[in-house]
Amino acid sequence: MNKPLRRIAIFCGVLIFALLARTNYLQYVKADELNTRDENRRVRIERYAHERGNIIVDGGKSITGSTETTSSDFKYKRVWQDGPMWAPVTGYSSQAFDASQLEKIEDGILTGNDDQLFFDRTMSMFTGEKKQGGNVVTTLNSAAQKAAFEGLGNKKGAVAALDPQTGAILALASTPSYDPSTFAGNSDKDSKAWQKLQKDKDKPMLNRALRETYPPGSTFKIVTAAAALENGLYTDIDAKTKSPVPFRLPQTTQDLPNEGSIQCENVPLREALRISCNTVFGKISDDLGNQKMIDQANKFGFNKDVFTPVRATESVYPKDNPPQNAMAGIGQASNRATPLQMAMVASAVANDGKLMQPYMVAKRQSPGLDDIYTHEPEQLSQPLSAENAQKLQEMMKTVVESGTGSNAKIQGVTVGGKTGTAQHGLGNSENPYAWFISYAKTDSGSPVAVAVVVEDSKATRDDISGGGLAAPIAKRVMQAVIDSKK
Amino acid sequence: MSVVTNTTTIGAIDAPSRRNTELMMMVFAIAISVFAYANVGLAMDGKIPSGMFGYGAGLILLGGVAHLVVRKFAPYADPLLLPLATLLNGLGLVLIWRLDQSPRLIQRAEYLYGAYSPDAPKQLLYSAIGVALFVAVLMVLKDHRILQRYTYISMAAALVLLVIPMFFPAVNGAKIWISLGPFSIQPGEFAKILIAIFFSGYLMVKRDALALASRRFMGLYLPRGRDLGPIITIWALSILILVFETDLGTSLLFFGLFVVMLYVATERTSWIVFGLAMSAVGAVSVASFEPHVQDRVNAWLDPFSKATMEQSDQIAQSLMSFGSGGTLGTGLGQGHSDLIMFAANADFILSTVGEELGLAGMMAVLLIYGLIVERGVRTALAARDPFGKLLAIGLSGAFAIQVFVVAGGVMGLIPLSGMTMPFLAYGGSSVLANWALIAILIRISDTARRPAPAPAPSSDAEMTQVVRP
Repeated sequence: MNKPLRRIAIFCGVLIFALLARTNYLQYVKADELNTRDENRRVRIERYAHERGNIIVDGGKSITGSTETTSSDFKYKRVWQDGPMWAPVTGYSSQAFDASQLEKIEDGILTGNDDQLFFDRTMSMFTGEKKQGGNVVTTLNSAAQKAAFEGLGNKKGAVAALDPQTGAILALASTPSYDPSTFAGNSDKDSKAWQKLQKDKDKPMLNRALRETYPPGSTFKIVTAAAALENGLYTDIDAKTKSPVPFRLPQTTQDLPNEGSIQCENVPLREALRISCNTVFGKISDDLGNQKMIDQANKFGFNKDVFTPVRATESVYPKDNPPQNAMAGIGQASNRATPLQMAMVASAVANDGKLMQPYMVAKRQSPGLDDIYTHEPEQLSQPLSAENAQKLQEMMKTVVESGTGSNAKIQGVTVGGKTGTAQHGLGNSENPYAWFISYAKTDSGSPVAVAVVVEDSKATRDDISGGGLAAPIAKRVMQAVIDSKK
Repeated sequence: MSVVTNTTTIGAIDAPSRRNTELMMMVFAIAISVFAYANVGLAMDGKIPSGMFGYGAGLILLGGVAHLVVRKFAPYADPLLLPLATLLNGLGLVLIWRLDQSPRLIQRAEYLYGAYSPDAPKQLLYSAIGVALFVAVLMVLKDHRILQRYTYISMAAALVLLVIPMFFPAVNGAKIWISLGPFSIQPGEFAKILIAIFFSGYLMVKRDALALASRRFMGLYLPRGRDLGPIITIWALSILILVFETDLGTSLLFFGLFVVMLYVATERTSWIVFGLAMSAVGAVSVASFEPHVQDRVNAWLDPFSKATMEQSDQIAQSLMSFGSGGTLGTGLGQGHSDLIMFAANADFILSTVGEELGLAGMMAVLLIYGLIVERGVRTALAARDPFGKLLAIGLSGAFAIQVFVVAGGVMGLIPLSGMTMPFLAYGGSSVLANWALIAILIRISDTARRPAPAPAPSSDAEMTQVVRP
């Protein structure tokens, strides 16, 4: 019986050998593939096993943090300071609902998993230090952000403020807002908070400063004026224009009205902007034609996504027929812009025609606080010549000094601006949006350009105007930036 | 003292008893287990666990008693079997204790049953009963050949054990449990031993008839129906019962046992062919009408598919456990194998070994199983009587197949078919049955290695003269 016994022994050996081969295959050959599978919860356990890096404002103040949780296998949970105020900047990072915006884009740095941090990870492996995430240093100015957020108050709207000389984003507010801390974990409470936010018809999680487009209304007249100057349609801002009242929309039997009983016939550009004549700018847009208007708008950044690095929805100045094009020239019809886009328009004018690439990440830091990336300001385009930019500055200054934007005046500072009251809804049935874009200028150039939009449907229709609702908010933001520079 | 330095198990003449080797190996096995226990505590709480003294003392007591009983009642037994089983049992206790502390599993138990009670103390109790059974077998069973007398009683007992669970409610889809108040027994584990006894006894008597009195048919030697009939009936009956109880692993085990023992008894290769053909027919026909089997096969083919994951993500979780362990493992207490949730400390305990001890630990554990099987096969080779040979190969073959089916299942090598990893997994029946199995193997190896009694002195004998050149 020994011969078959030996064969059975070999058979048993083969069984054990097959198991040994399989465990080698699984744990050595396939290990990486298994470890990176989406189904592998360990990836997320590891992700939340140590403190996430922070998002920094004002060059050193952290607006985020981490807190230890005991309720689940995800050890650390994200917390935010002044969550609702900063949410449009940070986005959220939730154990249950992933992350968004800056928290999502800079996830690699914040978790410490980014390839740029390879060296740090390797070092801490040897020194036995706890793994930590890196920091993201933003350009945001907390005083400006606070002014914007509190200025909006319980109104629905958004504010975007830029440093025209660098493109640095100084404030980015959106109301109504949400507190990302309420759903940062993965408990029932967190999902209830999330569900509630998803169902809220005021859309608190919408980043209105970057992701919502509005008809820019009269604030777009700055772009139309720039197009007129750049294309040589008019050169002297104080010379009479050829613009009749009423101005009949081309190819139609409809007149483009002016708001109220203002005197707009053949007024110079400066005056037309001061009192916001629709007829003058509608005619400019019509005279230049759709293509030239599109070209000018594109130079300001329209028809293109902007990455800050958080993506801002593209603002649209579309191809259109002549009557629609004339309407688009005064910021109506299918013309749509984000608050960030309109802040870019104001900043290009303030920066003598140079449009800087907007950005909000100034630096990325390793866990050891070494800079691993520093943003260099970058020019995006030159929408208008320095000379024409100065002409527009003159015009915008007049708007604030003695026109519709007088609510934005700041003692001892040159302020240029433009109001807008954009109609929307079917047959203009809904309450208009109140816009204001402006910049402040001091001896050392312009420190801030800002765009404000208020879409408040609670106010009575007659009270809504860019100058009345939006300009005071812009003023607070500009004041805050100037004060913080002192 | 003998001058023969024969170090193999087979040494028929005056083999050393090797009891001191066994003692040293026992110390080693217990030391590793206690060290592992400390390791879990340090990793999970940052301090030496408070239960370590009790655990160590318990293990030393159990191991010590088992060793002393072997020393007294089976002095020539194989020295490796007991330490290997002790090591696996000890490591199993550590792993179960480690999983007991998983917040995930505690939460799950509280959610499902409203209360949570740790499994490790129960397993320690089962181990104690298991060692008591081991001691009882060695003390009562003075010679394994006695078992031959109980050939048909074993058969009847095995069938009864297999049938009873049909009258009890299914637990998690399989009717393999007998529940008596707080206790539940998985009789399949004991039936394994009884069936091996029956096959050995029957085949020993009929092996010549089966091997020789056969007709040639299509190149194969087929035995006469009256020789093969009873055994095929018993085998088919047990398989059928198990199929109705949806206990696939045990059916496979019994089938493998049947083929192996028939082959060893008859020395006919045709039995292998015959057996494989039958198993192919059986597997295909069962798979064609059992949705349970089809699900298992689908889960094996694509463990990460949506359909599989919705039904059960156990295989996927187990595979990811192995992947996560990598070469060296995460370290005891630092893995997440508890993500497997259901049966993490029973059928899937090997995934915890894979994750926390890594490829290195897995290879070590598989080699320990391999060594037990190998010592069993050597016992079979060394046994002098056909019954002992058949019983030893049957038990060690069954052990090897069980290890392969369970480990292969949780590693995705073959479809999963729910059995327990001997000694390592949580479960009273399994621990008891396997201690009994080791006891029988030790008894056979003791008989096999015991020096032949000196021939009675004959008055005629003269002194043999040794002539030296």
